[in-house]
Formats: sequence, structure tokens, C-alpha cells
Amino acid sequence: MLRQMAAGPMEQFEIHPLVPLTMGGVDVSFTNSTLWMWIALGAAIAFFGVATRSRALIPGRLQSVAEVFYEFIADTVRGAIGPEGMKFFPYVFTLFIYILLANLLGLFPTIPGLPHTFTTTSHIAVTASLGLLSISIVIIYGFYKNGLSFLKLFVPSGVPIWLLPLVSLIEIVSFLSRPISLAIRLFANMLAGHIILKVFAGFIISLLGAGGVFGVIAIFPFLGIIAITMLEILVAFLQAYVFAILTCIYLNDAVHAGHH
Amino acid sequence: MILTLTVLAEEAAHAAEAAHSEGGLPQMDVTTFPSQIFWLAVTFGLLYWIMSSLVLPRLGAAIEERRDRIADDLDRAAESKRMAEEAEAAYNRSLADARAKAQAIAGETRDEVNAEIASLRKDAEDTLSSKADAAEARIEEMRRTAAAKVREAAADTTRAIVEALIQETPADAAVHAALAKAANA
Repeated sequence: MLRQMAAGPMEQFEIHPLVPLTMGGVDVSFTNSTLWMWIALGAAIAFFGVATRSRALIPGRLQSVAEVFYEFIADTVRGAIGPEGMKFFPYVFTLFIYILLANLLGLFPTIPGLPHTFTTTSHIAVTASLGLLSISIVIIYGFYKNGLSFLKLFVPSGVPIWLLPLVSLIEIVSFLSRPISLAIRLFANMLAGHIILKVFAGFIISLLGAGGVFGVIAIFPFLGIIAITMLEILVAFLQAYVFAILTCIYLNDAVHAGHH
Repeated sequence: MILTLTVLAEEAAHAAEAAHSEGGLPQMDVTTFPSQIFWLAVTFGLLYWIMSSLVLPRLGAAIEERRDRIADDLDRAAESKRMAEEAEAAYNRSLADARAKAQAIAGETRDEVNAEIASLRKDAEDTLSSKADAAEARIEEMRRTAAAKVREAAADTTRAIVEALIQETPADAAVHAALAKAANA
């Protein structure tokens, strides 16, 4: 590619098509975002493929890690929804792994000569789609399991009748804001972390360019980058977990709509 | 073909860049949304399919098998422990029995030995006392014989003295009477 080095902190988020593609008049080009989605998928397949190859009674290292993830998400689902929530376990597990890998892969520095690192979850289109998917499952399963009594979710018991319209309105607004909060939380965390990393990296370049004493000062933003990178690794795990557990909590409403 | 695609990609990238330079987050460029959502659906769907049909059943089976195995092993360990405790109890019981039996045998033996010692001692004492009696009897006999011999010697002497004095042999009865009289004086 003939592109210049990333100029501003926002350029890392730009999406540019690698293979233009249209489907029924809609632009579904294979972009750098698409590339990193496939890299995440490939990484997931490679990791879990190797981890579950032997299925040993005494697990090896990779199998142990895979089992830790399995038990971790299974406990989360069981704790938030209960045993009947285990039918959503594959979905929550996929959600967690997909977001975790997207977040973590985006933290790798770009290796010169290879495509620029891209964080697919730093885009609102992706996070909003995942949030809407979770909420759609909640709504569809809620009505499928409870019928119209799923709407009791918006009518809390023990509220005075004259207050009910207001409370129901609040409940409905809070329900509708769930996919938005899911989407914005993940998107904003990824966006902010990467902007900070880029800004600090920009400081280093500027200070080194200034030379002399400034070149020595460049050590501070460099240490800052190391610290923020560690923080971002934590955030990558945390946001994947938050997305997964919030999905579980919302699914709990659909499974136990009658118990409000 | 690939060259054409690359050139097209370049042109699209520059166009996108031009659009961005007018301001705003790249995230808000809605023209990229269909592509992102489409490929998200494809990759997420694939990952879901792989996880739900291949990875998770395998992991779950491995974990389940291990849990069963551990439960079995724990059961077996508990069973072994119970058997060990039983064996220990049986051992303690037989040890106590053996000890009691040994004590009984020792007591019996001691009694027997004591009885034997007592009978041996009694025999020895009997033998010794009969020997002592016999010895005493012999001593008495010897003393009497000795006394008789002394009396005889005295009578002979008396008779010899009387013969020498009066040329007459005294009668035995007289001599003995005189000796008895002298002995009593």
C-alpha cells in the first residue's frame, strides 16, 4: 500500500476496502475491518482447535486455558440465569471470545510490511450490531417463552396504579437503552484506549524529533505507553466480560419474566 | 486482476479519506456500515457454529469425564479407607485376643511352675526331715551303746579293784547296784 504512516490519532480507525464487493447493490467490500474479523476468527479456530485436539483427561496448557474460559463463562451464565440458562451458553461464550479476541488483536502494534492493526470492536456499527443481537435474542426468547406476560417486565408489581404509567415508561426507556449502553460502552472503551496510545506515541515522535533534552524526556510517554498497554489488556478482558455478563443479566429477564 | 483490484482499492481508500477529511469520526461513516455488519454476521455466525457444534461439546465432554473420573476415584478412595479402617479394627481385635490368650497361658504356666516348685520343695523337706530323724535315732543309739559300754567298763574295773582288795569276786548284781548308787550320788 502506498499509504502514508498514520498521521492523526483517528486514522487508525479508518476503514478502507481491500477488495471492493457489492451484493444486491449494497457495498459489502472486504475491508481492513473484515480482514481483522477473519484474523480473530482464525485465531479462535487455531486456539480452540489445538486446545481440544487431544481432549486429554489431564489437560495440557492450551486445553487448561480453554477449560478455564469454558468454566468461567459457564459459571457466569449459571450464576446470572440459572441452570435453564445453559442453552444460551454457546451464544454467550461465542460473544465473549469474539469480543475478547477483537479487543486483544487490536492492541498488537502494527508489524511493518503487514496490514495495519485494526480493532473491529472500536466501531459502533460492530458493537451496536452485537448489542442489538443480544437484545433481539432477549425479546424473541422472552415472547416465545412467556407470551404476552413478558410485557410484565415493564409493569413492576407493588407500584401504585397512578404511578404505573410513569414507572412503565421508565422501564421501557431503560430496556431500550440497554443495546445502546452495550454498544457505546464497548465502542467508547476501545476508541479511547487506542486514541490515548496513539497520542502518547505521537508525543514520543515529537520529542525525539525535537532532540536534545526533549529526546531524553521521551522516556516518560514511552513508560506511559507501557502502562496504558497493560491497562488496555485488562480493559480488553473486562469489556468482553461486561458485554457477556450484561447479556446474561438481560437474558435472565427473558427466562424469568414471571418472577418480577 | 489482482492489480485492478488493488488500484480500485486505492481509489476507494482515497475517496474514503477525502470524505473523512471533511471531519467526523471514521466510526460515523455510514457507508462502511453494511460491509462491517455483513462481515460481522459472517464471522460471528461461523464462530458460533464452530463453538456450539465442535469446541464446546468437546471441552464440556472432557471436563465432564474428568469430573466423573475424580468422583469415581474419590468414591474408591473412601471405600479403600473404610476397608482399611475395618482391617485395622480386626487387627486390633485379634491383637487384644492374642494378648489376653498370652496372659492366660502365662498365668497358667506360672501356677503350674509354682505348684511344681512347691511339691519339689515338699519332697526335699520330707527327705531331709526323715534323714534328720534317722540320724538322730542313730546318735541316740550310739549314745546308749556308749553309755552301756562305759557302765560295763566301770563294772569290770570295779570287779578288778574289789578282787585285788579282798580276793573275792563280787557278784554282778552287787557291782551294778553299787555302780548305780555311785552314779546317782
